[in-house]
Amino acid sequence: MERVKKGFFGSQQGLLFVIVGLFVIYPFLVSNYYIDVVFFFGIYALLGLSLNIVLGEVGLFDLGHAGFYAIGAYTTAILNTKLGIPILLLLPVSAIAAGLFAYIVCSPIIHLRGDYLCIVTIGMGEIVRLALINNPFDLTGGPNGVYGIDFPSFGGPFVVDSSIEYYFLIWVIVVLSIIGLIRLQRSRIGRAWNCIREDEVAAGASGIDVRYYKLLAFVIGAALAGVAGNIYASKLMAVSPESFSFWESCMLFCIVLIGGMGSIPGILIGAAFISLFPEIFRPFAMYRMLIFGLVMILMMMFRPGGVWPRKRGGAEFVSLLSRKRKKDA
Amino acid sequence: MQVVFEQIINGLTIGSFYALIALGYSMVYGVLKLINFAHGDFFTLGSYLGYTLLVFGSAFITTHFGLWGGMVAAMLMAALCLAFIGVLVERAAYRPIYPAGRLPAVVSALGASIVLQNAIMVIWGPRYQAYPAKLIPNIHLNIWGINITVLQIVILVLSFVLMGILYYIIQKTVFGAAIRATALDKDTASLMGINFNKVIFFIFTLGPALGAMTGVMVGMYYRQISFTMGWNYGLKAFTATILGGIGNLPGAMFGGLILGVLEMLGAAYISAAWKDVFVFMILILVLIFRPNGLFGEKIAEKV
Repeated sequence: MERVKKGFFGSQQGLLFVIVGLFVIYPFLVSNYYIDVVFFFGIYALLGLSLNIVLGEVGLFDLGHAGFYAIGAYTTAILNTKLGIPILLLLPVSAIAAGLFAYIVCSPIIHLRGDYLCIVTIGMGEIVRLALINNPFDLTGGPNGVYGIDFPSFGGPFVVDSSIEYYFLIWVIVVLSIIGLIRLQRSRIGRAWNCIREDEVAAGASGIDVRYYKLLAFVIGAALAGVAGNIYASKLMAVSPESFSFWESCMLFCIVLIGGMGSIPGILIGAAFISLFPEIFRPFAMYRMLIFGLVMILMMMFRPGGVWPRKRGGAEFVSLLSRKRKKDA
Repeated sequence: MQVVFEQIINGLTIGSFYALIALGYSMVYGVLKLINFAHGDFFTLGSYLGYTLLVFGSAFITTHFGLWGGMVAAMLMAALCLAFIGVLVERAAYRPIYPAGRLPAVVSALGASIVLQNAIMVIWGPRYQAYPAKLIPNIHLNIWGINITVLQIVILVLSFVLMGILYYIIQKTVFGAAIRATALDKDTASLMGINFNKVIFFIFTLGPALGAMTGVMVGMYYRQISFTMGWNYGLKAFTATILGGIGNLPGAMFGGLILGVLEMLGAAYISAAWKDVFVFMILILVLIFRPNGLFGEKIAEKV
């Protein structure tokens, strides 16, 4: 198969370099407001990638993903404000907390199928949000949330406290996650996941431990959402339950489906659509969400598989990153 | 004991709202296997139309035929409008997407929901709207020490009548048989001469019309409506649908009623703030032990 396509910039690798270059110089050209817009694009990209593991790779309907995101954000917020633990130290802690939460909550429900799993994850997400509002043990601050969260600090003068530094922090994490996820896609685990998505019964019959791999997807997806929650909490310096509503879960679901299930470049496009579209159409004020909904419908009409659907074999992005693979395939 | 009965009656009132909305979800799910996220917004739109009709149109009817006449007129007109809008939304947003499968249709349904919600906001404004108090009957009754309003009784009776009519249509008429057959096996039903498009037309008039009537009833019961309320009611109604067993219409009715009663009893005896947590916990527990809902039949796994 001919992997190197002759595109506008010569080759796909050239295109990738141009895109990365644009991302690097972008924050030096625009005001803080527009840097923050693309920062939130990064947050949504990370969340989209995390949901993609569950929804795109394994095909499990998860409409409560904001719950895991909330666990990550609140773990960071509470431990930082109450105990003063630094944010970057809490990054893995949030991931582990969200992953552990996913393990505990999903273990008893993982046998449910399709829409039944969907409603249970909705219920789970709502329970998390309502619990946060109701302020258990006086930890979550009720509807006001927790505020006064620190900036991430690398020690000494290296503190992430401006828009531009947050911008690079989130995008470095996104790029690292993408590299990790590509490796995961190509691994035994990724193939097992895709096999379960295509035919669960056949996967089980071929010796794949369906339950184990489904749980693994939930745990990894939740952990990545927890990482996003950590950065989000420190960026806003405050978290409140309203940021983790059912609506948020639905938007994450849309990111994956608009982009293309299981396709990493697709997820980035989906995240860009969900996060940038309302900003671009700000001049339309009241009508912008109306247009947003219409565009969602139109997109599904003309590209039902997503903007950038994953090819069979799923090697399209790998070829951009490693030259060695080209010879193998 | 009085408090228990009062709470059960309040619960049944709310539960009948959930049940009526859940019927719309369940019909669409049964035939198309689609979670129709826009259904909650059909309900809201019905409520707003009912509000407008009560304020402008039905004031005329009310002066001529009395309070109840105005209420019924508002409900019927809202139902008629929503039946039309339901079909319109189905034609515009869902029909082109059926061939692509289930998941794209879910995104399209979410898109339709956003469009409807924001259209309501653009037309009626983002603030809460209040149903006019003087156009709604407000009589309190005291039966064996239990406080109940006449409006509650009317809502309960009306909901049960509507549910009964729908049950009759689905179980006893030819239309109903066609819907059930299509839900079971679309292709075979088509081969037997059932017009798939007619079935879809039918469920997308019936469901939104029921939703609109519920919307008017909710507006009268709570007096206050907002353009985002469909989201919350839709979520609860969807929960009721699953609780009863998805695609099972009597199940959806019972699911809604059970949900309403549980919610009110939870609010009274456990904690008002935790009532929704309580409801979702019960849902999860039910699904852990009965993965196909309370009344769902066990479906053989397709290999």
